[in-house]
Amino acid sequence: MTALRIRCRLFARYAEVTGREEVELALPASALIADAVAALRAQVPGGELLPTHPLVARNRRHALPTDPLADGDELAFLPPLAGG
Amino acid sequence: MEHVTRAPIDVVGLMTALSSPQRGGTACFVGTVRAGPEDGDVVRIVYSGYEAMLEEEFARILGEAGARWPGCAVAAQHRLGEVPLGDASVVIVSAAPHREEAFAACRYVIEEAKCRLPVWKREILADGSASWRENGAGATPSKRAEFG
Repeated sequence: MTALRIRCRLFARYAEVTGREEVELALPASALIADAVAALRAQVPGGELLPTHPLVARNRRHALPTDPLADGDELAFLPPLAGG
Repeated sequence: MEHVTRAPIDVVGLMTALSSPQRGGTACFVGTVRAGPEDGDVVRIVYSGYEAMLEEEFARILGEAGARWPGCAVAAQHRLGEVPLGDASVVIVSAAPHREEAFAACRYVIEEAKCRLPVWKREILADGSASWRENGAGATPSKRAEFG
């Protein structure tokens, strides 16, 4: 049963390889960030080119694959950082 | 103050903003676009970022510095968009009663910024080719405490 709607954001090289900057995912209520990563890699053309364990941020904070998700979360997929 | 700008960074303006009779030491780090021997013939870098998170994460880092070195004021900006060779891409300024705190806070902020800010850069070479570049292997927010 779908219970969570997650807005995924893709940046830089990840946006380039998928051709998408935003993707909305529907996930089960108990989904973790790792589940969202797996779903996006499976559902979006080019998603398989993303790493299985990318850096992620949940609602603009760095997060871990084991962190839970909540309905309406914004999940950002962050390519290797290059600031400075 | 906004931590993201698309215009040249006003280094003197940042230093002036922190000036105070109580702060006798000011440290400044300026990161500029370079074309070293290992970089190829770089003519500019196009920086992009997750701007909403970039503002918030920079504010968190500055808050951490302020908590670790009370009495130290820190300001920082990262530039996005096209940055030509030699221009500043990031500036950190810290001012404290004494130089030790000013240097320490400045170092803390730039090291945390390198491994936590959601910024990406695309190097443009003189022949027109472009490639994504990333910071070193250590540029990863690996400590759970940093995720706050």
